[in-house]
Amino acid sequence: MNLIFGRNASLQLRLIIAVILSILLMFGDRYTDGASKVRTSLNTLVSPLFYLANLPYELFQTGSMSLTSQQKLMLENEQLKEAQLRHKEQLQQLAFLTNENNQLRALLGAVPKSENKKLVSQVLSVHSNPYSHQVLINQGLLNQVEESLAVVDELGVVGQVTQVSSTTSRVLLITDTQHATPVRILRNNVRTVVEGIGKIDQVKLSHVPHSMDVRIGDVLVTSGLGGVFPEGYPVATVTEIERNEGRPFARVYAKPIAQLDRLRLLILLWRKEQL
Amino acid sequence: MTRHMGYILLSIFAALVLAIMPLPIAFEPYRPDVVLLVLIYWSLALPHRVNITLAWISGLVIDLALGSPLGIHSLAYSLVIYITASNYQKFRNFSIWQQSLLLALFLALYYLVVFWLNHFLIDIYFLPQYLWPVATGALCWPWLFLLLRKYRRHFRIR
Repeated sequence: MNLIFGRNASLQLRLIIAVILSILLMFGDRYTDGASKVRTSLNTLVSPLFYLANLPYELFQTGSMSLTSQQKLMLENEQLKEAQLRHKEQLQQLAFLTNENNQLRALLGAVPKSENKKLVSQVLSVHSNPYSHQVLINQGLLNQVEESLAVVDELGVVGQVTQVSSTTSRVLLITDTQHATPVRILRNNVRTVVEGIGKIDQVKLSHVPHSMDVRIGDVLVTSGLGGVFPEGYPVATVTEIERNEGRPFARVYAKPIAQLDRLRLLILLWRKEQL
Repeated sequence: MTRHMGYILLSIFAALVLAIMPLPIAFEPYRPDVVLLVLIYWSLALPHRVNITLAWISGLVIDLALGSPLGIHSLAYSLVIYITASNYQKFRNFSIWQQSLLLALFLALYYLVVFWLNHFLIDIYFLPQYLWPVATGALCWPWLFLLLRKYRRHFRIR
């Protein structure tokens, strides 16, 4: 342990090299395209960490599952059966309506809508980064997951895939400041864009003119423009409108419909041209 | 030689797993950066083994694990470990609580550096709750210090 002399110079040199390397990495990652390939392989290297970190949660989950009483399970089973019956009844109508819609579209000369590939995945890790809203899911390149796939849960749009590794991928949520979702108002088909402001329970409509017809309680659904999200999935409900004529735009806030703070199972949606 | 390094790497690996372990969303803003605390401990206890090189690599792994732009945590870790590793003899003479207070300063520097870099690379704005982990990190330090000292003495890591 001969440390008293001759160590400082080396430490400073190391710091300078570390700072230069970090800055190169930052610029390379942010401003070049080649970085995403490197990132994919690096992400693959660290993905076992996530499975390991998720292990206690899984154990707890299976433990609590095996400890629930039979009565509770039977009750839950009953409720689920009832819900399924109701959904099936609606599905019968849906099949008929889809068929009719396709015929009408054919009459109009429009392209009929078609079923796309879907995949269910589980959330591994939520929000470990305070500056950006992301979740990590347990599907990756091995299941043909790719960048900019749309992700929804049972209620509405969640976000899109931004980074992929071989067994995990990262989903950017619609509430992240870097995310914008093209939407239209379900009531009157007015098109607009919803952008995240970094709060988990609020999003903002960008550049809304004062004259735009928007009311509190309006449901916003994806418009299908922009080519990431398929058309018609619910995104948010309008909660707050502030029309101050002194400002260039009205301020409109909305609440995401998907329960972004308690995500567990997600569905990945492929677009037609991605198959 | 390699045995000592193995134990050190094992503790850093455990800290990494702790850093990405899922937490209820209500506790998420208070999660201290355990990896940095463990790195600081080793840089004070064994500055000839743990210094900027290991800090930089751990930072890169954290960047990948958290999905932040690459290089941000590497840079911030290297800066903090530079300060602690170059002043380890002074730092060791303080009592644990004094160390804790001093550490709060380093942690504040670390979180501000990470925030600034993020601010330049992606558009985010400052919220005071970004600094909560400074308080929790400083509060965790005494327990972590005692735990790691026991670990180091038990396995005679030098």
